[in-house]
Amino acid sequence: MSEAVTLSGPARGRLAPFRRQTRRVASRAGVKASGFEGQLLPLLLLAPQLLILLLFFFIPAVRVLVQAFTLQDPFGQDIIFVGLENIQALLRSAEYHASAWASVVFTLASTVLTLVVGLVLAFATDRVVRLRGGYRTVLLVPYAIAPAIAGILWAFLFNPVVGPAAFLLHALGIPWNPTRVGNHAMVLVVLAASWKHVCYNYIFLLAALAAVPRTVMEAAAVDGASPLRRFFAIQLPMITPTIFFLVVMNVVHGLFETFAIIDATTRGGPAAATSILVYKVYVDGFVNLDLGGSAAQSLLLMVFAMILTFIQFRAIDRRVSYDLGQ
Amino acid sequence: MIDRAPILDACCHAILVVGAVLTCIPIWYAFVAGSLTVEQVNQVPMPAWPGGEFLANAAAVSRRIDLWRLLLNSAIVAIGISVGKLAVSLLSAFAITYFRFRFRGLAFWLIFTSLMLPVEVRIVPTFEAMTDVLMPLRLAVEWLGIGALTEALSGWRLEITANWSLLNTYSGLIFPVMASATATFLFRQFFLTVPDELCDAARIDGAGPLRFLRSILLPLSLPNLAALGIIFFLVGWNQYLWPLLFTTEAEMQTIVVGIKQLIPHGDSLPAWNLTMNAAVLALLPPVLVVLVLQRWFVKGLIESGK
Repeated sequence: MSEAVTLSGPARGRLAPFRRQTRRVASRAGVKASGFEGQLLPLLLLAPQLLILLLFFFIPAVRVLVQAFTLQDPFGQDIIFVGLENIQALLRSAEYHASAWASVVFTLASTVLTLVVGLVLAFATDRVVRLRGGYRTVLLVPYAIAPAIAGILWAFLFNPVVGPAAFLLHALGIPWNPTRVGNHAMVLVVLAASWKHVCYNYIFLLAALAAVPRTVMEAAAVDGASPLRRFFAIQLPMITPTIFFLVVMNVVHGLFETFAIIDATTRGGPAAATSILVYKVYVDGFVNLDLGGSAAQSLLLMVFAMILTFIQFRAIDRRVSYDLGQ
Repeated sequence: MIDRAPILDACCHAILVVGAVLTCIPIWYAFVAGSLTVEQVNQVPMPAWPGGEFLANAAAVSRRIDLWRLLLNSAIVAIGISVGKLAVSLLSAFAITYFRFRFRGLAFWLIFTSLMLPVEVRIVPTFEAMTDVLMPLRLAVEWLGIGALTEALSGWRLEITANWSLLNTYSGLIFPVMASATATFLFRQFFLTVPDELCDAARIDGAGPLRFLRSILLPLSLPNLAALGIIFFLVGWNQYLWPLLFTTEAEMQTIVVGIKQLIPHGDSLPAWNLTMNAAVLALLPPVLVVLVLQRWFVKGLIESGK
């Protein structure tokens, strides 16, 4: 083991392969059959990542657990163990129900909208020959825009006083006002989040469509299947793994990554109509300083995140292989 | 194209044109609004064509918020996060794939678990961890009795009183975000496809692990590094919650967070022209990156699933 400490050495490098021949056969999955010896060096290489994870991920997560089961005054001195009371109180509160419902509506609406629009655009792009690259470039631009900026752009567009889109709606006789009407605000954040996220669905679906074997499509065409028929009978079934993957990713996006859009567009309002779970956990913990309640919410969100991560990994496993070299 | 279907093709072009227009409308109106005077922007309906005030508005924005400082902050943070994530995860993936060591399984599992802990679900305790980085060390000293031990042995009282806070620092905006399970997995997947013969050959030539990493693995990984680097640059530039939580001073904010101060709230004449002007300036750098480096960007996106 003494040589494990030395970082490198010519003798070690030369000898190692011969000593390791027997073990090579029984290599475990995920390790190279041909690797290096050493116990300390790999730990040193892992140290930066593990240190960050320990300080900023795991210790805070453990503290969430502790806080979720205790009651603490905002000045931090008295801590009482209260068991499941925080979580029970949370599950009873009407505000939390409203927030969970808002999350469900928001996530479902934006998932369906982005997937359908992305699919239509990907089908059309796959179909056309001229200008294909141009369309793709333009449609990809929202990916580069920060969610918070996207939220501000849409908040302006649909601002009831100055927004051009709101002007159009008013001209059509719709009393549009997202700062007063909860449903209007929800429509606005769904539109903003979907506008930002369509391109993600689009690029994956485009890659999946391009990966459908051409021979199969040609055979169907010879049999007299129209392009739309081919889409529904061949392409759509063949890209279902991608669609499954995207559904999972869209749900993750809707539940966890939309804080910025909500904060920039509606700030959870009006009257908490768009205060989805990740927004509420921020407001309760950081603005209202309700540590126990916020930690209980964090705990529930963490459970959601774990379930989704497992599903996500299955989805990634099943993803078809892509070839974008067009 | 397999067969001719002129009507369908025309429909497809129409759909794509509508899609492209809808994609561009919010950006176009932001640009238009950003180049109008405050009176013009409050006209109903707002003009659909840009005015000539873009630079004047940018100057006005930089008087309201420290525009150039915030843009610089964003650039530093985005590049720092991007480079840091690549370096940290490249080293981790190298350790996990090329070494058989005692805690390999544990390390792998720990990195994997971090995916389940997005910052959104641990906001408050992460804030505490950021304001007092040494707290775990202090607790460890207390719990393990190291303090009492040294006091008994040497008569000196060991106390860790240093207060190391990462609030309002570039370190705080960059280091904690550098851990990346996604990138570690991608590099791991990539390393597993590198032929074993390369490692054998390098070792026969007398190369140690670090030499092998530097001279063989790193050059082989360059395409992946470039593709992922672009994605992480965008992530770093566009992130919102982290800098919002961990900067309390205006001059340490990133541009994406700083714009929030410009959103009008019940002003007599809301200055949307300034908000939109700043929004255009904030979205320009990442959009340019995507447009110029599109091929790499698409590769990174598809591979990382970010």
